[in-house]
Amino acid sequence: MECQECHQRPATLHYTQVINGHKTEVQICEACAKEKGYLTYPEEGYSLHNLLTGLFNFESGNIGSAGTHLDKGKETQCSKCGLTFSEFKQIGKFGCGECYHTFSANLNPIFRRVHSGNTEHRGKIPKRKGGNLHLKKQLATYKQELQDLIINEEFERAAVIRDKIKELEANINRKEERDSGDTSTFHE
Amino acid sequence: MTLQHFMNEAISPWMREQGPDHDIVLSSRIRLARNFADMPFPIIADQKDLEQIRKFFQHEYEHTSFEEYKSFEFISIRDLTAIEKSVLVEKHLISPLLAKKEGAAAALISGNEQVSVMINEEDHIRIQIYFPGLQLTKALNKALQFDDWIEEKVNYAFDETRGFLTSCPTNVGTGMRASVMMHLPALAMTKQINRMMPAINQLGLVVRGIYGEGSEALGNIFQISNQITLGKAEEHIIEDLESVVQQLIEHERKARTRILEQSGIVLENRIFRSLGVLKYSRIIESKEAARCLSNVRLGIDLGIIKNISRNILNELMVLTQPGFLQHYAKKTLSASERDILRASLIRERLQFEE
Ligand SMILES: [Zn+2]
Ligand SMILES: [Zn+2]
Repeated sequence: MECQECHQRPATLHYTQVINGHKTEVQICEACAKEKGYLTYPEEGYSLHNLLTGLFNFESGNIGSAGTHLDKGKETQCSKCGLTFSEFKQIGKFGCGECYHTFSANLNPIFRRVHSGNTEHRGKIPKRKGGNLHLKKQLATYKQELQDLIINEEFERAAVIRDKIKELEANINRKEERDSGDTSTFHE
Repeated sequence: MTLQHFMNEAISPWMREQGPDHDIVLSSRIRLARNFADMPFPIIADQKDLEQIRKFFQHEYEHTSFEEYKSFEFISIRDLTAIEKSVLVEKHLISPLLAKKEGAAAALISGNEQVSVMINEEDHIRIQIYFPGLQLTKALNKALQFDDWIEEKVNYAFDETRGFLTSCPTNVGTGMRASVMMHLPALAMTKQINRMMPAINQLGLVVRGIYGEGSEALGNIFQISNQITLGKAEEHIIEDLESVVQQLIEHERKARTRILEQSGIVLENRIFRSLGVLKYSRIIESKEAARCLSNVRLGIDLGIIKNISRNILNELMVLTQPGFLQHYAKKTLSASERDILRASLIRERLQFEE
């Protein structure tokens, strides 16, 4: 397949772009992709900048047609790093971890687009930082198990699980108290 | 050990070992993007904050070891010359983006060059780990253990719903980019690779050349990597990548056999002519050098050329890059001066094999 821009080199990159609600397939070579701003730098091999822009165009197109205009003063802004949503759209990068919460309401369509429909993490949970999360997930499993046992009237086994739940909950509380004291950036 | 240690050899010590499927897969890499919680990302952070991170890494990790990765060297980018930076980029020890950064950008590189941690690149922390051949699972396990080791001292930016928080929305979740570097001369020769690319893209993977400007993959070296980082566990991302790589290996082997059966003499001619060009040229451009090196490497893999080590491709691809040539010459060189030095270094290297 040849590149649709230069018609010389083979197209090695393939994008789906959404502009004003119209989906277009882009078949392009890396040189043209760089030139047209698809690539920010070669390390990543691709950039979703244009993809994001395409998506945002779609959004602002809707806003425009409804006749409303975003007031700069009312724009969502990250309380921690000061990044505004329109700045985020422009650079395609978050300024800090808090941005993820600040812009949360607008992020799912972007993540879905970029990560083929996914919006939630299913991978590694860090040992320390996510310590509670491991326990919470375990707790949820126990609680489900307990319910099943009660429905099946297996009360002896249910009692065992109930004890485990109590122990786990105490554990989580202890951990939460301990962690709330640790707000430093560099862990000692 | 100093920076000089990383500058002297074109090929990293770990590359000298032969990994699984080494006739086609040059290396496997896992990269993890991580950030400090409660610190703005490098794109927006104050120099002061980034400098604090740089100092933290120097203080905590310089000359430490993690399991078999011994004596980490700490390198501040601002202390490097332009040529030194390009050598580290050409060896894939740091990214072009990190090399461009002034200020508090730094790297932590293990003595055997298998692990490198980029500090204050697009994210605060980027862990990279390499293995020879196709060893994605092993690389992933090591990377995750190394990640645990760093997490002992760093409070990561992590969110229950979104996972590891990164500066770019394309990395959020696992923060993981897994990639495999492959030599695919037969698929390139028969243009099959171009037809396979859209299908591979549809699986959420990206194929690209790693050397050369534009779309052509210089030296027929391709990199296959995952695009999706959110909503899939690391092991599953690796599984999907590995299965595509296995299929590419199979297709490449079949294509090699077919070319050998249908036009063996033509292929043999091409391979030996390439060897001749490399052995006798006085001036050689990087494109021609890459093409010839790819052919010679194919000749070695097919048993047509004997007594030349497989590493000749990886080694000379790096050794003949502009940064390395200028490092060797100890001065800046014009493009035509580089073509002369490139030819002479290749001749020298091939004589060394005889
Ligand atoms: Zn083009
Ligand atoms: Zn922010």
